[in-house]
Amino acid sequence: MSDATPIKDPKERYRAGVLKYAKMGYWDGDYEPKPTDLLAVFRVTPQEGVDWVEAAAAVAGESSTATWTVVWTDRLTAAENYRGKAYKIEPIPGRDDQFFAYIAYDIELFEPGSIANLTASIIGNVFGFKPVKSLRLEDMYFPPAYVKTFDGPPTGIIVERERLDKFGRPLLGATIKPKLGLSGKNYGRVVYEALRGGLDFTKDDENINSQSFQHWRDRFLYCMEGVNKAQAASGEVKGHYLNVTAATMEDMYERAEFAKELGSNIIMLDLVIGWTAIQSMSKWAQRNDVMLHMHRAGHSTYTRQKDHGVSFRVISKWLRLAGVDHLHAGTVVGKLEGDRNSVLGFYDVLREGRNEVNREHGLFFEQDWVGLRKVMPVASGGIHAGQMHQLLDLFGDDVVLQFGGGTIGHPEGIAAGATANRVALETMVKARNEGRDILMEGPRILADAAKWCRPLRAALDTWGEVTFDYASTDTLDVVPTPTSL
Amino acid sequence: MRITQGAFSFLPDLTDDEIRLQLEYCLSNGWAVSVEHTDDPHPRNTYWDMWGHPMFDLRDPAGIMTELAECRLANPESYIRINAFDSTHGVESIALSFIAGRPSAEPGFRLDRTETAGRTQRYSLVPYAVDKSPAGERYRAGV
Amino acid sequence: MEEPTNTRPERDDDAASGAAGTEPVTIDLAREYEEAGIAEVLDALDRELVGLQPVKRRVREIAALLLVEQVRERMGLSAGAPSLHMCFTGNPGTGKTTVAMRMAEILHRLGYCRKGHVVAVTRDDLVGQYIGHTAPKTKEVLKKAMGGVLFIDEAYYLHRPENEKDYGQEAIEILLQVMENQRDDLVVILAGYKDRMDKFFASNPGMSSRIAHHVEFPDYSDTELFEIAEIMLAEWHYRFDEAAAAAFREYLAVRRERPHFANARSVRNALDRIRLRQALRLFEERGRQLTADDLVTVCESDVRASRLFDVDDDETTEDDSEGGTP
Repeated sequence: MSDATPIKDPKERYRAGVLKYAKMGYWDGDYEPKPTDLLAVFRVTPQEGVDWVEAAAAVAGESSTATWTVVWTDRLTAAENYRGKAYKIEPIPGRDDQFFAYIAYDIELFEPGSIANLTASIIGNVFGFKPVKSLRLEDMYFPPAYVKTFDGPPTGIIVERERLDKFGRPLLGATIKPKLGLSGKNYGRVVYEALRGGLDFTKDDENINSQSFQHWRDRFLYCMEGVNKAQAASGEVKGHYLNVTAATMEDMYERAEFAKELGSNIIMLDLVIGWTAIQSMSKWAQRNDVMLHMHRAGHSTYTRQKDHGVSFRVISKWLRLAGVDHLHAGTVVGKLEGDRNSVLGFYDVLREGRNEVNREHGLFFEQDWVGLRKVMPVASGGIHAGQMHQLLDLFGDDVVLQFGGGTIGHPEGIAAGATANRVALETMVKARNEGRDILMEGPRILADAAKWCRPLRAALDTWGEVTFDYASTDTLDVVPTPTSL
Repeated sequence: MRITQGAFSFLPDLTDDEIRLQLEYCLSNGWAVSVEHTDDPHPRNTYWDMWGHPMFDLRDPAGIMTELAECRLANPESYIRINAFDSTHGVESIALSFIAGRPSAEPGFRLDRTETAGRTQRYSLVPYAVDKSPAGERYRAGV
Repeated sequence: MEEPTNTRPERDDDAASGAAGTEPVTIDLAREYEEAGIAEVLDALDRELVGLQPVKRRVREIAALLLVEQVRERMGLSAGAPSLHMCFTGNPGTGKTTVAMRMAEILHRLGYCRKGHVVAVTRDDLVGQYIGHTAPKTKEVLKKAMGGVLFIDEAYYLHRPENEKDYGQEAIEILLQVMENQRDDLVVILAGYKDRMDKFFASNPGMSSRIAHHVEFPDYSDTELFEIAEIMLAEWHYRFDEAAAAAFREYLAVRRERPHFANARSVRNALDRIRLRQALRLFEERGRQLTADDLVTVCESDVRASRLFDVDDDETTEDDSEGGTP
């Protein structure tokens, strides 16, 4: 490593010209992060010939106050405070072209309670920076002082369960299929069948907003008809995530108000509306006793590749702060990307009151959420009843399991599909509580239930063999500790 | 019809032995168990009648099974459910709830519709049993 | 459907009831004994309590009886569910509570007690202060004890026939019911002074008839008490010097004749006071340098300072009672 000692003498430091970032004060190997600092860890792939310390310092600089040349106006500020400080470099096992850089940011850099400001600050500028070939934000730490400036999830897992009056098992949902094309009336039929068959929720898909084949008001009206009929048929609280995503905030408020007027207990947003819109809608949801389901539409454009982008782990944290009640977080065994340990890390971030450092789950920092409510993760995408034991074992009770194709594609019809899923779930939960080893006996437990539940029999016959086994593109860099299994 | 509230309503009614196993699970987690009953099964009727207080510090289901038996005897035609409460920090709510007794006939709910502006309707769920009788007289064997 | 867990551990004994064409089944009691892990518990009892040979013998007998009974039941030769309720009589401080806990463990390991915990109560935990208070109070306690052992200390206080406003009888009725009809769920152990317990049983034959095993807890001998004292001192890093040891033996002989003698508890209380005197003595000598040996040794004066040795004062008693037993 080259000489990285920052220049302390002001005359030297602020003489016009170009200095290396490390000498400008953006690297400090002795820095002890303050309890109020925000921390970030980046996976840095520097260009050929760029020194690691210099690269780390450059990332720290470009995500805080630096510019490519020395400026005298820095001296009008207490510049020391505002500089991001790269304080640690960690090599990655098996890679000599990449490393982890730990950077600390003073809390004063950030506007209280604003994710838009947080992201503009941390990722707004640095990712296009030429000396860095690729860059990924892996994890962040938020001090309690910062966490407390956010309201967090408007409802949270505990209150959601209390509103639904459903305790001790995962919740069940399904996305309406086909994704596009159904009229409002036909759409409502699918909702009714799925809910009366046994699901707790049905769901709009991310691109169902208001199209020529289905105006949003018609969808809302017919969905609530389906929801209410299903409640009467079952005696349970049911819901449909009404997607209020629209072109402008004014439109979104209008749609949300109508959903509330119709008595819906939940609405849905797509991630693509942006951080500002998300926080506005979160505030609205809290004021109106409506739950907020977040679809992570578009995230895999920047979360999926290991070398470049933002890890979904960070997105989860940002969304918990911004305040959503449901968030799609991966299935492990379904059709969409998600390495097991990474996904478990996402679930930890959403559901725990306090995260401990857990490199096996990809958690770099301990994080105390200081009472911020918990987000219910949603597992959706290519899962079916035959995997119920794996899903329950992986995720426990606090999760929404969504079986879109697995409900609507059932050979005996939608209601039968819903019943098959519900029976599979209840049977598995009951068996787990009785002390059975559901991972080993899962298929047998399902087969036993299928003896008296015909829809389940048909579901297992149709999908029992389906799996999605591809190599994950986003795995963790951890040498696994041997266990005695 | 059959009301499907609670964690296991899509399965055949739990036998006493099966209930005991669920209670063992609850006690092993350190949850307090309580028995509740009602003759108003509306899904928004949160507060069922408590049969005694929640039972804390029990090591064995036998005591709970006795309470359940007594509740069934006193309220043979009511809905009865068992709740297990988790008081750990961050939860402080019910961890498991399931139905342990039903009336012999369940007439279900009527859906009332009130039309308002545009195509909007306001919906009301009315349990038939609540509609026809006051509390205590709603469910009768053989009716 | 899964077999519900029951009180007895499952064993593979399909031959027990004589499947056709098999040889007569034999039982290896030594193996059964070992598998149940009873020896461990009895060893623990041996280590924890000094002396008490008659009690330890009784415990071993009861364990043997229950083991054989269980084996007989598995072979279909059951004599009906055995009654397990017990009565421990003796002076305070003779190890009744400790033995109750070990007994609960034995019952658990043999499969007679589902959980094997002990809930220890006295009359006040069971009996209410006003009408309608007793039944729920007693039932609360019973629920917590189910699956284990209910240990009722000084159980005779439940019965106060001279006071017509006493609700103890209600508690007794409930206990009798449970002891008879829920033998699978609960084992009851009554404890107290022998003479009072005898009187209690005389006026409550129902209770007496439900007790299967009576165990008497004799007072510790002087030698045993001294041994207990030495063990306690060693635990606290103290030791008697020769003269102190002799003095303490004298002390014990006198003390046991005085009222409120509570065996091991009395010893402990005496040692607490001795430690205090030792500390005061050292403090008074605080001019000189102290060695570890000084800090550890109890001298004769520390023992003799006890008022018990004041020959003139017959009324003097060391106050052992912790506000409980008269």
